[in-house]
Amino acid sequence: MTQEALFAGFGGQGVLSMGQILAYAGMIEGKEVCWMPSYGPEMRGGTANCITIVSDSSISSPIISMYDTVVALNQPSVDKFESRVKKGGNLIYDSANILNPPTRTDINIIPVQGSEEAIKLQNTKVLNMVMLGAFLKKTNCVAVENIHKALEKVFERYQKLIPLNIKALEVGMSYVK
Amino acid sequence: MGEIKLMKGNEALAEAMIRAGCDAYFGYPITPQSEVLEYLSKDATQRTGMVVLQAESEVAAINMIYGAAGSGRRVMTTSSSPGISLMQEGLSYIASAELPCVLANVVRGGPGLGTIQPSQADYFQAVKGGGHGDYRLIVLAPSSVQEMVDFVRLSFDLAEKYRNPVMILADGAIGQMMEKVELFDQMPRKTEFPDWATTGKPKDKERRYITSLHIQPEKMEEINKHLQAKYKQIEDAEVRYEAFNLEDAEYILTGYGLGARICRKAMDILREKGYKVGLIRPITLFPFPKKVYESVAGKVKGILDVEMNAGQMVEDVKLSVCGKTRVEYYGRMGGMIPSPEEIVENFEKLFIKGEA
Amino acid sequence: MSNNIETAKFRPEICTDENLVYRKPSTLLPEPFHYCPGCGHSTVHKIFMEVIEEMGIENETIGVAPVGCSVFAYHYMGVDMQQAAHGRACAVATGIKRVQPDKYVFSYQGDGDLAAIGTGETIHAANRGENILVIFINNGIYGMTSGQMAPTTLEGMVSTTSPHGRDVKTQGYPLKISELLAPLPGVAYITRQSVHKPANVRKAKKALRQALEYQKKGLGFCLVEIVSNCPSNWRMTPAQANQYIEEKMLAFYKLGDIKVPEVK
Ligand SMILES: Cc1ncc(C[n+]2csc(CCOP(=O)(O)OP(=O)(O)O)c2C)c(N)n1
Ligand code: SF4
Repeated sequence: MTQEALFAGFGGQGVLSMGQILAYAGMIEGKEVCWMPSYGPEMRGGTANCITIVSDSSISSPIISMYDTVVALNQPSVDKFESRVKKGGNLIYDSANILNPPTRTDINIIPVQGSEEAIKLQNTKVLNMVMLGAFLKKTNCVAVENIHKALEKVFERYQKLIPLNIKALEVGMSYVK
Repeated sequence: MGEIKLMKGNEALAEAMIRAGCDAYFGYPITPQSEVLEYLSKDATQRTGMVVLQAESEVAAINMIYGAAGSGRRVMTTSSSPGISLMQEGLSYIASAELPCVLANVVRGGPGLGTIQPSQADYFQAVKGGGHGDYRLIVLAPSSVQEMVDFVRLSFDLAEKYRNPVMILADGAIGQMMEKVELFDQMPRKTEFPDWATTGKPKDKERRYITSLHIQPEKMEEINKHLQAKYKQIEDAEVRYEAFNLEDAEYILTGYGLGARICRKAMDILREKGYKVGLIRPITLFPFPKKVYESVAGKVKGILDVEMNAGQMVEDVKLSVCGKTRVEYYGRMGGMIPSPEEIVENFEKLFIKGEA
Repeated sequence: MSNNIETAKFRPEICTDENLVYRKPSTLLPEPFHYCPGCGHSTVHKIFMEVIEEMGIENETIGVAPVGCSVFAYHYMGVDMQQAAHGRACAVATGIKRVQPDKYVFSYQGDGDLAAIGTGETIHAANRGENILVIFINNGIYGMTSGQMAPTTLEGMVSTTSPHGRDVKTQGYPLKISELLAPLPGVAYITRQSVHKPANVRKAKKALRQALEYQKKGLGFCLVEIVSNCPSNWRMTPAQANQYIEEKMLAFYKLGDIKVPEVK
């Protein structure tokens, strides 16, 4: 199985790290992984995105134009990437942060009140983990316990942040039936 | 099995440099390769005692390389396109003086200051000798983060074997992306240095000197002949490439580095559509794998060369097939990356619809 | 993209001269700066364009933009400009001035551009007494490439290539390029200013104007160093960054004139 995902939002929303955590988890699970960031001046305030591919077999192109799943954290990302979801694929978006929701009918559209939930959790930084939770539940592309292990790696120096992040993941998962 | 890590291409390259027992690195910040110097600045010196120095410019960096390579040490520098352009004079001197060293160009879109997005527009500069005079670099084109690791060690070996500069020609995407890598174990740094190295006159031997100046044209021609013979030897012994599905191929996609990986995906899509498509991926760009192209020339219906430039390697592909097979080019420029779907579309436009 | 903030109502009746508190100089193009919030580049661009406007020389001034965060200076400064390769601005400015000696010529450069890769060009332009103005923004770091050590980085200062703090034993000492250039006979005027407080901004503006007046008189090479900040790569808020200027940068880079012409 191969999951070709794109995470997109504003710089600072943690889109690069959500892709990275997924890649870590995939690696821990023994899969092939590839994480490709947008880089450069975009990192200063503008939009940022990354492609993460997790696969059981070797990964050919790290650059693709159609995705199995797009996770969009802001309006420009929904506008830009809605058309790039493969037929039957998933578009997961932060519905608390978007005025014009996606309209395609040939893909699964999954609204998640991400920003809203993050505020409820009293830390807007965990928005990305809420969204990642929904992604995981929908795609099953890595096991949740491996995401936990990846978090331990990524938050090496900030272990105390892990429980909150795990909570955020769970909140996100509850959005997907 | 070696240690497995998830790493960025640039960081993996830097880690491999440390582990390969590199003695000195000289470099100057430039996007998209600054992570190399940043990674080495953390603890490379503490780990192996290697020298890590931020030079005041790429001109200085390449001349520091000249000095340290002339001292018989394992040395490396990295930069990106504009910085590599500044190094060309120094590289020509290094090639002429036959000093082993390794450099990596994490290519960005040009010409000029251009863009920091990935590109392959420095193929000519790398492969045809970007500085003055008749010289060649050995050029390796990695297409994965793993190869950023493996090619560092290979490059040092080739550089020392042939006393020739070796270039790792990567691109911004390979430098920036993260993949799983297997790292080799730490190798010891050298304790013995070659005879030609200027390490202080040995008591019972002639002193050594390193120069690229030979005023007498007769002497300079002799040097040139020697260099050309060495390049011939490299062409005979060091060609590396990868090929997929050549057995039944009616068409061939070809590309190197990142381009080759995109082509692999395009090949898969085309095969699903029922076209018998193979792939040739040169790993060494100099020496160029002419023979594998020769072997399919006249047998396949067409070759589509895909590059992130205006069509540079395509000239070498054409020279190799010598007019026996139709060779077309498709690419994007200035930091744009062709998608597999785009390649498929252009393949069909060029070879299938055009044929009917 | 949309936002819900209601835009303030435009009330033309209050736009009168006696109510004017601030006006952007006409020489500054109507283009939002891409600089990070609180960055000194924006302030220097503005005061320099005010000087050009006040002197009425926008039609006889040619500028050279460097490679650095201010690479896009030509998007903001409404005068003719050329963009130079990294470090070569003084050479490009020399080329412009030599063929148009009656024009005002300036270069605008960061510390990496001017004092690392471009040191050679800088010293030789100064030594030839090129009749140009060099505006030198010293923020002690490479801003554009995201925070590597610059030649002007203070001892012990953390950057991405001096993660344990600049170690002067292996990475050299912070370079006072202004003091280095001052003894050269071709140099007419060198001064060090800052823009971290309103009073300093006024002084810096005066210095820039002074330098152009000297250029008009043909006195030779003038350099206005401006000790600036880089909140983003210093990893500070703009207020913290200006505090750091006051406490750390100015302790090493002392403000004031370093060389003034003998005959004024
Ligand atoms: C030949 C070459 N080498 C390196 C670079 C990458 N580069 C761009 S800007 C810069 C340094 C900028 O620092 P500084 O001059 O201090 O200006 P700042 O961004 O801080 O304003 C470097 C190294 C380049 N563009 N060209
Ligand atoms: S990176 Fe630093 S120098 Fe560049 S614009 Fe931002 S604050 Fe200014």
